[in-house]
Amino acid sequence: MTTAAPSTAPTTDSTHRPALLEVDGLTVRFHLRDAVVHAVTDLSLLVRPGELLAVVGESGCGKSVLAHALLGLLPGNATVTGRAHLRPPGAAPLDLLDCGERRLAREVRGRLVGLVPQSPATALTPVRTGRRQVEETLRAHGHPRRDAPVLADRLAAEVGLDPADLDHYPHELSGGMAQRLVTALALAPDPPLLVADEPTTGLDRPLVDHTLDLLRRRCDAGGAVLLITHDLAAAQRVADTVAVMYASRVVERRPADALYAAPAHPYTAGLLDALPERAFRPVPGHPPMLTALPDGCAFAPRCDRATDVCRTPPAPEPRGPGRVACHHPLLPGAPA
Amino acid sequence: MTATALAAHGVSVSYGHRRVLDRVDLRVSGGETVGLRGPSGSGKSTLARVLALLHAPDAGHVTLDGQRVAGARHRLPAALRTRVAVLFQSPRAATDPRLSLADIIAEPLRATGTPVEQARARAAELADLAGLTPDLLARRPHAVSDGQLQRACLARALVHQPAFLLCDEATAMLDASTQAHLAAVVTDYQRRHDAGVLLITHDPALMSRWATRVVDLPVPPRP
Repeated sequence: MTTAAPSTAPTTDSTHRPALLEVDGLTVRFHLRDAVVHAVTDLSLLVRPGELLAVVGESGCGKSVLAHALLGLLPGNATVTGRAHLRPPGAAPLDLLDCGERRLAREVRGRLVGLVPQSPATALTPVRTGRRQVEETLRAHGHPRRDAPVLADRLAAEVGLDPADLDHYPHELSGGMAQRLVTALALAPDPPLLVADEPTTGLDRPLVDHTLDLLRRRCDAGGAVLLITHDLAAAQRVADTVAVMYASRVVERRPADALYAAPAHPYTAGLLDALPERAFRPVPGHPPMLTALPDGCAFAPRCDRATDVCRTPPAPEPRGPGRVACHHPLLPGAPA
Repeated sequence: MTATALAAHGVSVSYGHRRVLDRVDLRVSGGETVGLRGPSGSGKSTLARVLALLHAPDAGHVTLDGQRVAGARHRLPAALRTRVAVLFQSPRAATDPRLSLADIIAEPLRATGTPVEQARARAAELADLAGLTPDLLARRPHAVSDGQLQRACLARALVHQPAFLLCDEATAMLDASTQAHLAAVVTDYQRRHDAGVLLITHDPALMSRWATRVVDLPVPPRP
């Protein structure tokens, strides 16, 4: 169930441009035979034009479900509540969760919201070369047939592929090359919002940086990117804002600089401490099952700051130009 | 008695006409963590497969404690094969989706004829070491996260008490906390058994934090 969260525009955010995407109280449940999976709970976030928002968290925290919910790609056993307003430039605003499959298919997917999927192997057509798939996408989005080959080469170069590699079938590509190919496919229609779900999986460090810088450049040119990743270093490199997800909720959403310099949520602090360039110390304990979340703060069983009050769920409270959901947040300058 | 060491001597491997390793030498001694670095396609994973005795090189050979190893895979006696274990990047691709985590961990023991009860007890012990809670052991891969499945793969890798553990991008797809935890489990095992570890990673921070020595593989010759 969604609580009626106040949906007034958060005036605390640093820029005053209207949000391109404003998600409010998004909740996703999967109904299994004998359990309900709490995949996303009361999630609110916004992405402005020119902004790169990174959603970080460990595997199974619900971050990919967020991407699929925005694009209407959830399986039939899912129920979705909440709102996700998209205000595309030069087009009528719409609620992604409430506009219907027909409109999603014809107007939204690819055109207004591009997706770089997590698993390129399952997203590519195995019986067509990369070039055919890229050119088909370009033509479907209004580029004349004669321009398609040149544009395809340009897209390949942009994502760091040798244009000659486009002439291979997906099974002839390495995991990293396939990942770059699906990125090129998502960029082909030039959508105002790009959702990139672990776009750097299987890439080595130079290509990771190349892909991240590509996303950054899109934002600098006025586009917007929602980057979903488990890689904190990747998010630090390019994100303007970072949202940390834990057990289906966003526990901290703040400007990247502030979050990395002084995390406010104990979970964020623990994740950062686990980085090899920091303490390399794991967060003690295990994340809870999304089918059996505790009533209060889901992180409390692993948290050394937890007290009795943590048996009630903490509401997201403003912290500077961001939000933190914790009864005992770390104060700036205090030791973690 | 020679000191514990796993070594490649002048190893060359080609796939078709493409040579991925050209007379490569590498030595991993007991107790050390050797980081292996190189660009994509430089043959890091192939070298790991050769050292894991999963792939016979086209030229050169592997020695285990100074003894030359002839052949690979099942042509080798189990007592030799089980001295080297591997942890791969993708736990999904490295596990049988039909088995429970408990069976996945115990599989190498069954393969060498360990009695069922004994195998089960040893699997539970290792699962605990790798940070898996007992309720997870009855589940199959589709019902656990990548991090949990990789913990099971680590438990499976340690089940025969290998003298050498090869980690091929084994934490690349995991979050920072799970990565740090797995590294701690490996390091602890290494300390107790004086095991040698080969670490393949693209992450410079992880490499400098974890490896005691770093070796660079040269860029492969382009055909």
